[in-house]
Amino acid sequence: MTTPLLRMTGISKAFNGVPALARAELAVDRGEVHAIVGQNGAGKSTLIKILTGVYQRDEGEIAFDGAPSTIASPREAQERGVSTIYQELNLVPLRSVTENVVLGYEPRTRWGTIDWRGAHRRTGEILSRFGVDIDVKAPLATYPTAIQQLVAIARAVSLNAKLVIMDEPTSSLDEREVEVLFGVIRELKNSGTSILYVSHFLDELFEICDRVTIMRDGRTVGVANIAETTKLDLIAAMLGRSAAEIQTAGMTELAATGDRSGELLLEAEGVATNRRLRNLSLKVRRGEIVGLAGLLGSGRTEAARAIFGCDKPTAGRVAMKGTAIDCPRTAISRGIGYLTEDRKAEGIVPELSVRENMTLALLPQLSRMGLVDKAREREIVERFIRSLGIKAAHMDQKVSELSGGNQQKVLLGRWLAIQPALLILDEPTRGVDVGAKLEIQAIIRRYVDEGCGVILISSEFQELIEGADEIVVLQEGESVRTVSNPGVTEDMLVHAIAQPKAKEVDA
Amino acid sequence: MSRERSSAERGVLLQNPLSGISLRRHGGLIALALLLLFNIVFTRNFLHMQTLFVNVSQVATIAIVAVGMTLVIATRGVDLSVGAVMALAGALAPLIFMSSFGRANPGLGVALAIIVPLLVAAACGLFNGVLVAFLNVQPIIATLILFISGRGIALVLTNGNLQTFSNPIFSFLGTGRILGLPFQGWLALAIALFFAWLVARTLYGRYLLAVGGNETAAGLAGVPVRTVKIATYVISASLAGLAGLIVVAINSASDAARIGNLMELDAIAAAVVGGAVLSGGRAPILGAIFGAVFIQLVRYTLLANGFSDEVALIIKAAIIVFAVYLQQASRE
Repeated sequence: MTTPLLRMTGISKAFNGVPALARAELAVDRGEVHAIVGQNGAGKSTLIKILTGVYQRDEGEIAFDGAPSTIASPREAQERGVSTIYQELNLVPLRSVTENVVLGYEPRTRWGTIDWRGAHRRTGEILSRFGVDIDVKAPLATYPTAIQQLVAIARAVSLNAKLVIMDEPTSSLDEREVEVLFGVIRELKNSGTSILYVSHFLDELFEICDRVTIMRDGRTVGVANIAETTKLDLIAAMLGRSAAEIQTAGMTELAATGDRSGELLLEAEGVATNRRLRNLSLKVRRGEIVGLAGLLGSGRTEAARAIFGCDKPTAGRVAMKGTAIDCPRTAISRGIGYLTEDRKAEGIVPELSVRENMTLALLPQLSRMGLVDKAREREIVERFIRSLGIKAAHMDQKVSELSGGNQQKVLLGRWLAIQPALLILDEPTRGVDVGAKLEIQAIIRRYVDEGCGVILISSEFQELIEGADEIVVLQEGESVRTVSNPGVTEDMLVHAIAQPKAKEVDA
Repeated sequence: MSRERSSAERGVLLQNPLSGISLRRHGGLIALALLLLFNIVFTRNFLHMQTLFVNVSQVATIAIVAVGMTLVIATRGVDLSVGAVMALAGALAPLIFMSSFGRANPGLGVALAIIVPLLVAAACGLFNGVLVAFLNVQPIIATLILFISGRGIALVLTNGNLQTFSNPIFSFLGTGRILGLPFQGWLALAIALFFAWLVARTLYGRYLLAVGGNETAAGLAGVPVRTVKIATYVISASLAGLAGLIVVAINSASDAARIGNLMELDAIAAAVVGGAVLSGGRAPILGAIFGAVFIQLVRYTLLANGFSDEVALIIKAAIIVFAVYLQQASRE
């Protein structure tokens, strides 16, 4: 084989002493569609950002297009022929399609003015190569996301990109639009452009990619021709297992058995909200923890949002003790709490104090005639600070001054304070230190033992296996099977996650 | 419990009684003190009751509008329509008490001349709030609609005429005295104290800060985000309406083209000098009063010392920039 277009070897990078990449490798051939897969934190995006000059590597070699690369900024990357199509398109919505394509690299006439006629023609040509015929003089924002994405790709092409990086390009497209995008990718490939394709949707890789690089914990753990691998192999490699090991773990114990005698709290039946959540069914009873397991992009958070009423279902229904849930306010009034995954964006109110953050959901019950009963508020907060072991100078300290683990406990307190019958916990121990993690897990257990129900979402198998009574496995937005404790092993869970959906209807 | 708390609060206050007067922490207060000192030394007749009277009378309307503005800014919004709403309310009042019905029933006429304009102002706020909360129009654009059209409506209502009147009951709003100070000064103080209490003690106040601080999180915690936003715009517009009535009462005349002109900018400046941040999440009501007083005093100082209006505007801007810098620096 000839020298590849891109070869990254021995790339290491640490942030504040925490290694994000440890001698990672990546090689992309000319005219190849190359995928990168890996779980959260595997190092995919760090590797790409080093390639495009957003971050500087600590060590390692990069050779691009036959020469050692010294790309130091995204602009330089673009000039060397590396273009990135980000998830959040960074285009200018109110300017025309053409302007977006040529921005910063406008063709000039003899007189030094911008050659608009040439620019329009060239933009039209590129887009029609993609099979898209649109008015290139119209503002970009008048077109749907899918077209905008193609315009971003057209921009890359017009800059003579040799390597186009696509970061989750299909996440906001519908199925027909995905087909159009794939057509464009094939067209690019035929004209000799290489594509680096990042996606959580493994099925797509088999449709469009030639080779795949698998990353785990900042390392490159495998490179494979897509034609010679299987989804199970990929998942096994991402999770750090051997496929054979997963295969041999029997399916026999996976059927839902166990003692499910508690009162039925929540029932979701065939719930769909969007492309990411297509068919969710689960039941939660008093006194049990139901885990949600699945790969990134399998629809776990979407499931939580649907149950809490954040996203309107397009099919199916969610009922809490028989009554329907249609928005977070009803969910809360029916006794559901939802600890979100993204603590910063969806959890804390940074300017408010520990006390004010903790009582936010409880506030209606703490007020009479719109007046907050401060004495009772302080009493309740005091109690939770003690029972949850929150380390704060005092309850009026700003919540943003607390450590991640303590912030998480404050949010946990916010929900425990409303004495919910059902608590949805999305990655409750992510990003907190080990001590806080164990404490939070103990708090959850104690709460369940008091007769409440919990839906636990976690990427950590150990947490699910040790914590959950039942684990519902999601694949591509569908709940495909359930495994029950006692007796679940990590191998069984990995198998349940990786095994393609059974054809027969699951119990 | 309450004893424990008060001792904690005292602890905070007592931490640095002498060492604590740093430029960073009390920049605004220091600037105000310097301004007062300057006036005592250089401005003739500054330490007279009349000076206090004039200043309180003039600051009241800015202060009242600034209170509403502070609440709106706390939701990450801004209300550009306050000046126009003042004009609308101010134009309506004389139309009502000078109508044939108003002349026939003087008491009821004045009552309606206060109530109806306030309701109209509240309706303007409802309009702003619905645009922002339900149609997701950016606040600056949503309130720009009434900023432009509100004054237009007021001018149409009055045919663009100056309405002069003599109505002692209504004029009490602007010229009455209690304990030797203007009625509207006491009114502004009462409004400020009420809203400071509202923010600190009520469900609404807590929700306001939560919505401004992190709207997504607030919604997920069950806060009725839309209702809170709409209520806030209604409050802001109602307070603007009240300020419009006061301006008309002071002058015993209503000129729709002038009432509340540029008030939105004074109110935003007062709120920001007082410690509001446009990124939302804090509602320093008493700070806004301080900001209004500060701006008023700057204006008075310049005019009393013979600066022309044009120059005064420029210097006022510079001093506001400095005050805002001190305020913002104090919270890093």
